Amino acid sequence: MFNALHRLSSPPTFFAFAGRVLPWLMGGALLLITLGVYQGLVVAPPDYQQGDSYRIMFVHVPSAWMSLFIYMVMAGAGVIALVWRIKLAEVIASASAPIGASFTFLTLVTGSLWGKPMWGAWWVWDARLTSELILLFLYLGYMGLESAIPDKRSAARATAILALVGSVNIPIIHFSVEWWNTLHQGATVTKLGAPSIHPSMLLPLLLMAVGFKLFYFASLLVRARCQMLEREQRSSWVSALVKEAI
Amino acid sequence: MDTFLHMGGYAFYVWTSYALALLILSLNWVMPRRALRNRWRDLLRREQLSTGKSV
Repeated sequence: MFNALHRLSSPPTFFAFAGRVLPWLMGGALLLITLGVYQGLVVAPPDYQQGDSYRIMFVHVPSAWMSLFIYMVMAGAGVIALVWRIKLAEVIASASAPIGASFTFLTLVTGSLWGKPMWGAWWVWDARLTSELILLFLYLGYMGLESAIPDKRSAARATAILALVGSVNIPIIHFSVEWWNTLHQGATVTKLGAPSIHPSMLLPLLLMAVGFKLFYFASLLVRARCQMLEREQRSSWVSALVKEAI
Repeated sequence: MDTFLHMGGYAFYVWTSYALALLILSLNWVMPRRALRNRWRDLLRREQLSTGKSV
């Protein structure tokens, strides 16, 4: 397992591997998201309290999960980059940031679009909403810091420390609905015990969640391949690839 | 079909959410793909310049 991982962390192996798995990831993502949208918009019944407005959940919740998950990947890859100086970890962390920022933005805007009809306000300074907004600033700060340091390797170290410090926000977001009295509703799926959501609504939610995750990996691998080519443009494996293509 | 589009009166909120999701996902696919293609073309062009070969 560790041998396989170690081999995969070599840039040329990763580049080829990513190219091979990409069509499958993207195909799977498209399939699951299409099914999820169909199930969520057409098949699932309206909510007894929120009517059809709750259908925003099928984008909002998976997107919010992704915003947290991607941050954890970014911070985890950052630790690996700090400790072992593995180039692939640096690339994974850096390529995750814009995707994470996108999902965080999508979470905030769809939340707002759901909040307006249900709460009567586009925005409230509730603990859940505020901590998610801080997450967006962490992603943007990460990208800003990265672009401010010209040397890629020192940028990777500085941003890894930022990501690590910012990761205290992740449990705060997750538990905010329990720790504080929030307008935002509590967890219905990611809690101990059975999810308190009907299967007809859980199915599209899970389809979308897995679809979004596959999509993240697909987008991540394209970005990572691009960054690898840029960082390694003077290496022998890149010139071998280029010569082969000409 | 009309009731479907109407979304129980929440059409604006629901459809804007889904349209935005579609837009953001598409951008996160199209832009990295384009960047990768450009980077690759750039490498090919440089190699052609240095070897003097034309394709």
